[in-house]
Amino acid sequence: MSTTTDHPVEQVGGATAKYVDQRLGSNKFLGRNLGKVFPDHWSFMLGEIALYSFIVVLLTGTFLTFFYNPSMVEVVYNGSYVPLKGVQMSEAYASSLNISFEVRGGLLIRQMHHWSALIFVAAMAVHMFRVFFTGAFRKPREFNWLVGVGLTALALGAGFTGYSLPDDLLSGTGLQIIRGILQSIPLVGTWAAFLVFGGEFPGTDIIPRLYAAHILLIPGIILALITVHLMMVWTQKHTQFPGPGRTNTNVVGYPLLPVYMAKAGGFFFIVFGIIALIGGLVTVNPIWIFGPYTPDQVSAGTQPDWYIGWLDGALRLMPNWESVIAGFTISWNVLIPSVVIPGILFTGLALYPFLEAWATGDKREHNLLERPRNAPVRTGIGVAAIVFYGILWIGGGNDVIAAAFSLSFNVLSWALRIGLIILPPIAFLITKRICLGLQRKDREKLLHGYESGRVLRLPHGEFIEVHQPLNYKELAVISAKDDLPVLPAPVKVDADGVRNPNYRVDQLRHKLSSFFLRDNIERPTDAEIEAGQAHAAHSAALEAPLHDYEELDQDPVGHGGVLHHPGMPMTNQEQVDQKQ
Amino acid sequence: MNEITPMSDENGEVGNDGHSHAPAKLGYSPVAEIPHRLRVTDTDPKAARRAERQVASMFTLSMVFIILSVVAYVTIDKFAVVYIPVLGEVGASNVVLGLTFGIAVFLIGAGAIQWAKKLMPDVEVVQERHDMVSEKEDDNLAAANYERGREESGFARYKMIRRSLLGAMALLPIPIIVVLRDLWITPPGENPTEILSTTLWTKGKRIVSDGTYLPVRPEDLPVGGLVSALPEGILEVQEEEHNLNARGKAAIILVRMDPEQIRSQQGEGWDYNGILAYSKICTHVGCPIALYEQRTHHLLCPCHQSTFDLADSGAVIFGPAARNMPQLPISVDEEGYLISTQDFAVPVGPSFWERDRT
Repeated sequence: MSTTTDHPVEQVGGATAKYVDQRLGSNKFLGRNLGKVFPDHWSFMLGEIALYSFIVVLLTGTFLTFFYNPSMVEVVYNGSYVPLKGVQMSEAYASSLNISFEVRGGLLIRQMHHWSALIFVAAMAVHMFRVFFTGAFRKPREFNWLVGVGLTALALGAGFTGYSLPDDLLSGTGLQIIRGILQSIPLVGTWAAFLVFGGEFPGTDIIPRLYAAHILLIPGIILALITVHLMMVWTQKHTQFPGPGRTNTNVVGYPLLPVYMAKAGGFFFIVFGIIALIGGLVTVNPIWIFGPYTPDQVSAGTQPDWYIGWLDGALRLMPNWESVIAGFTISWNVLIPSVVIPGILFTGLALYPFLEAWATGDKREHNLLERPRNAPVRTGIGVAAIVFYGILWIGGGNDVIAAAFSLSFNVLSWALRIGLIILPPIAFLITKRICLGLQRKDREKLLHGYESGRVLRLPHGEFIEVHQPLNYKELAVISAKDDLPVLPAPVKVDADGVRNPNYRVDQLRHKLSSFFLRDNIERPTDAEIEAGQAHAAHSAALEAPLHDYEELDQDPVGHGGVLHHPGMPMTNQEQVDQKQ
Repeated sequence: MNEITPMSDENGEVGNDGHSHAPAKLGYSPVAEIPHRLRVTDTDPKAARRAERQVASMFTLSMVFIILSVVAYVTIDKFAVVYIPVLGEVGASNVVLGLTFGIAVFLIGAGAIQWAKKLMPDVEVVQERHDMVSEKEDDNLAAANYERGREESGFARYKMIRRSLLGAMALLPIPIIVVLRDLWITPPGENPTEILSTTLWTKGKRIVSDGTYLPVRPEDLPVGGLVSALPEGILEVQEEEHNLNARGKAAIILVRMDPEQIRSQQGEGWDYNGILAYSKICTHVGCPIALYEQRTHHLLCPCHQSTFDLADSGAVIFGPAARNMPQLPISVDEEGYLISTQDFAVPVGPSFWERDRT
């Protein structure tokens, strides 16, 4: 590009580029953004998996709509699946069977749709863990966290509505449970259930209604939110992990064109290809085995899709409380696990960034990710939440687990009930302690270098373990630790006798801040780190003669147990002096 | 070979660092301090050509698999079954389509990534960030525009307009909620509480077994046995109502046990010679129950493991259900067939707000 013309882009992109630019002014955007830098880390791939599997969900789902018939009208099956020939079933179920048996490639697309939906939710969950544990939700990215929480909730909704559409025995049982949950809502629950189902359960309206939600309403909102999510990432630029040359005010990585585009674009095809392979090889949701839905039948050991498992587990583990107050029935046994607990969990998720910022008084912009160990309380809370979720999830399979391991499920259920209450706090404490231990280790490394594992006996007989200075990368990562002071305790009445009107709030904030920050192991100052590393370099140098020695052809001479050769220093000091 | 090359090199001569010849205006610079290890493809033209061939062959193979998948679509009979170890007997069409298409798509991705990794620059570059907060100038402009809008519209001045507009906006969602009322077009005189509290069972209604729909005699039931049953005429009702609602409420189970072993019932003499009828719909969230342990007379819900003791009024002995399984009083008619003597005394299925007001 040594020559310049009036239209440099025309040279590169041809007449089309010019044509488009004259109408949209697109080169202004492209000029600024084709070189946009994206930081690289394997964990940034998780969000990509979610995005790409969602695209696969959309593509395969569109195909399925061409064949699926969302109707609960009863028909007699006359397709090619022999075991169900002549059986009465809804048109929804019959058309799902047709997709599986009559339409060529239909089963593959159906299974790809199901698998990619499962992967979509899983990737979102793990992506969320990554964002949480690295503090990526901190200012300025709180809004994007909220969008993410919304997307997670919608993904559960999309999954559940889709799961219900084939109208097989399993999915109908899921709807039956939803009916029970709706009915447990105080005051409006009974009517809510009748409105949702268009009357009594199961009725004939629910499948068409779920269909509208599943193919239009929910994916429409998800698509809109994903767009907002990505636009915010674009505008705010991606966060990056600490490392050499990386600061809070720059972004180090690969430019959009060509490297990032090739890698991200290529990765889409990888995800797509893997989903197609799984869809071809691994059966998922074999609806023909379950049979058509009828409200008076069920099969044992049935499980919902994995992301609903925790809610099912909550329903199973809840004690059987129900009260009648002033003649009205409140089913705590259904309301708490299926409405209250998810409500608290999602509200907590949504509010967390704001709570943490308020509690720690941190109002700075963070573009550099925090290592989980450097935020022990946050990491502890995250692990406790995962343990809580995990126990509910195990609870969702307690019958299967009890059967597989020949346990009494009564005992198992009780163990899980107790575990649900005591294990999360224990997990919190253990995680926090591990984080603090790692912080101490980091401090140690900054002040003394790392333990090389090589024990050296000095010429005068002293044994030392050689410490090596950290390499440039590790040094950059560890020394990026960012300390915050505990917010000062407020005074109730100041020196002039004026009462602090916000005393209680300030006191709470002080306590929370202390809870978050008081155990923090402080990062050494730059001067201390430099001195420490220099000292380690010094210590490492002590070993040098041994290495030098190995290079020589001469036979080593034993001297007091230390390999020695003529001209080598005999004392510690001698050796240091010689080196300098 | 394999030198550690600092990327501060200005002349762009060192290996294939990619960005040293990029115009300065692009707004980023290579990371100066980071040592960078050159790849084999950077230093050895042979290796670079090999990488090129690898990428191209992946793309070419992808084309082959795409064609194969179309061939498979056309040629493989959709009912053909193949045996594949681990997977067992599977549909040939599904497996081959998944494999060929999956591999084809995967290869495009693998090729692109190989290309990026081996042949595109692997030097990280730096771009500056800026605080998200707007510049003072933009800030002032926004404030001025807002102020102008407020002034010109008179939003602050016209109190009446402002308040009435807010009022109108506040009321707007109401009809949007109100129109949802007819999600259930309520038949005249019906209400959910009553619907949930009545089933097809009436005095003298014959009990038919599920599946055969034939009336059941006491002697059809062995001691220790459990049978799923329905009211006679259920199929006609379904036909007429075009739904499964009646079945969802009326489904029952019949169990027969030694009369000695019945410790209690929900009503005096509601059994018939040790035959007890219970609702089949769990009182927790409504799953149908049929897992029966003959020795202990326990009935277990497969969904959430609520356990009921059928010898003791269907009482809850474990799990999240709060209510006994409702019992249906039964007897036999003059022809010796089992019948119900009345409807359930309590609503069947999951609890609801108005349940105890019936």
